Amino acid sequence: MSGMMAVFWKELADHFNSKRFIILSILIYLASIFTIYVAAQNIRSGITETTQFIFLRFFTISGESQLFTFLFFLSFFIPIVGIALGFDAINSERASGNLSRLLSQPLYRDSVINGKFLAGLITLAILVTSTVLLVAGMGLRVIGVPPTADEILRLVAFIIVSIIYGAFWMSLSVLFSVLFNRIATAALASIALWIFLFLFVPIIAQVVAGANGEIAGAISRISPGVLYGEVTQVLLIPSHPTMFMISMYYTGLEPNPLPLSQSLLIAWPQLTSLIGLTALCFAISYIKFMREEIRST
Amino acid sequence: MWFWLSLGWRSCLCAWADGKGNMGKQSIIETKDLVKAYGKFIAVDKLNLSVDEGEIFGFLGPNGAGKTTTILMLLGLTEPTSGKARICGFDPTREPLKVKRITGYLPEKVGFYEDLTAKENLDYTAALNSIPTEVASRKIDELLDMVGLSEMAKHKVGTFSHGMKQRLGIADVMIKDPKVAFFDEPTAGIDPEGIEQVLTLITNMAKQKVTIVLSSHQLQQVQKICTRVGILAKGHLVAEGSVDKLGREAIGGGKFRIKIQLSKQTGKLVKSIKNIKGVTNVESSGDLLLISCDKDLRPQIARTVVDSGSLLIQMKIEEYGLDDIYMKYFREQ
Repeated sequence: MSGMMAVFWKELADHFNSKRFIILSILIYLASIFTIYVAAQNIRSGITETTQFIFLRFFTISGESQLFTFLFFLSFFIPIVGIALGFDAINSERASGNLSRLLSQPLYRDSVINGKFLAGLITLAILVTSTVLLVAGMGLRVIGVPPTADEILRLVAFIIVSIIYGAFWMSLSVLFSVLFNRIATAALASIALWIFLFLFVPIIAQVVAGANGEIAGAISRISPGVLYGEVTQVLLIPSHPTMFMISMYYTGLEPNPLPLSQSLLIAWPQLTSLIGLTALCFAISYIKFMREEIRST
Repeated sequence: MWFWLSLGWRSCLCAWADGKGNMGKQSIIETKDLVKAYGKFIAVDKLNLSVDEGEIFGFLGPNGAGKTTTILMLLGLTEPTSGKARICGFDPTREPLKVKRITGYLPEKVGFYEDLTAKENLDYTAALNSIPTEVASRKIDELLDMVGLSEMAKHKVGTFSHGMKQRLGIADVMIKDPKVAFFDEPTAGIDPEGIEQVLTLITNMAKQKVTIVLSSHQLQQVQKICTRVGILAKGHLVAEGSVDKLGREAIGGGKFRIKIQLSKQTGKLVKSIKNIKGVTNVESSGDLLLISCDKDLRPQIARTVVDSGSLLIQMKIEEYGLDDIYMKYFREQ
């Protein structure tokens, strides 16, 4: 246990001192500020006296294009952060000749990988939480409408889901860092997979399923990004028709917003799939690392 | 309940083992029929080894002979295929933490975190060994001073030369006060001055009762500091013992070889030398005589020469370099 904590504190310090982390956080903060700016320009349109969840709209609206919402930015950046935190977790230790020195110290081998994963998770949590809080704080200043208790809960749930989504990408890149001895290979493999899942899976789903929306949806859910998108939409747009409520959408009525518990219930399959995928990647890298031969050369 | 019972039983056992250890000289490292196979390739084949406390044991052999594999098995970093290994009585496979607590290891291509300073790197090792911060800090200063890096303590390791990294590696090994230290090619790729420093540090460690296992193929250096060497080839231990003994066995066929130069050589003199008890062979080459004998017969030979009226210009007992021994073994392979 003490061994794991030693690894954890060292890795945490490494993450926060690394240029990689500093550049990524600056990028994310800037992108968030940009989306808030755009959202602030447009938030007043479309609000009527009966509109609920005004505060959450900040996270989900943008200008004409509907593309540059905060939600979109986050779903774009979280995988990059996750990959950046994990792709050189194990192979850099090996390449730099630290691994055999590290493992000859009195700590169990799993302490190394657990400590590293935990440090990455905390770093990720701090980055995601601070970004969401930044947006929330600025939103509060711009529109002056305080969030309701329900909205706060929804935001907390949103933060947790985002961290889980990031953890998936991190555990995937940790897996690659165990599988590939070359750091560049691990990084490229992670990014290639991300591009494939993010860009191509939805396109492939469209092509394969044709007009059948349900099958297309099922196929595109191979991509964890789609799962994440669905969960967050349910969480942050409670009064908006989502793809689960297509039938309601066509009735032309504005559906009543769901309570948080119901939203979570709808998103439950997606959420558990995300957690399951994360656990799976971590388990594989764990087993692989535990069995690995440690040669200094 | 069971937990305490078994704990009590264990401590009894330990006390018994300690008592036994005090009675005679204890082997710190012991292997019995240790085998490591990678598929069909056998890296280490039935290795039997025993190293006593305070020894500097030189582990020699060409690349790929199984030196590193053996060290890794002793450290519990690689599992043996069969056979057993013990370090201070602990099984590295079953009780890896106990073994790792008392062993230090300097790998061949030692690496440090290049973005951290020398002190920060050692801090991390101390933390991994659960050494309290204040104790660690004092110790690190001492150790850095010992290896001559105290001025570089606040510099990033990325700026260090290879020799400096090796010395830092020695400090790193010393932090946990090991009983056994393994050095894998500690002198490879550093300049002569650096080699000298590293070897002095290792010798000093041995003076503090640390048992040292040193793997190398740089023979002259090993010869200088090792009390005993073992030669490993294709996973077999082909020879083991002190450098002198190995030399006699390998080259002189177990004999002492004495070389003498005389003012004049006569057949009669050669004959009378041959008659000395213990002399097995006399060869003449130019003005030199090469005498093989069972033990060191220099005084007797000198008297025989002087008695015969001839003058002794020089007499030398042949010393065997590890190079000769090594080449001899590997020519035979």
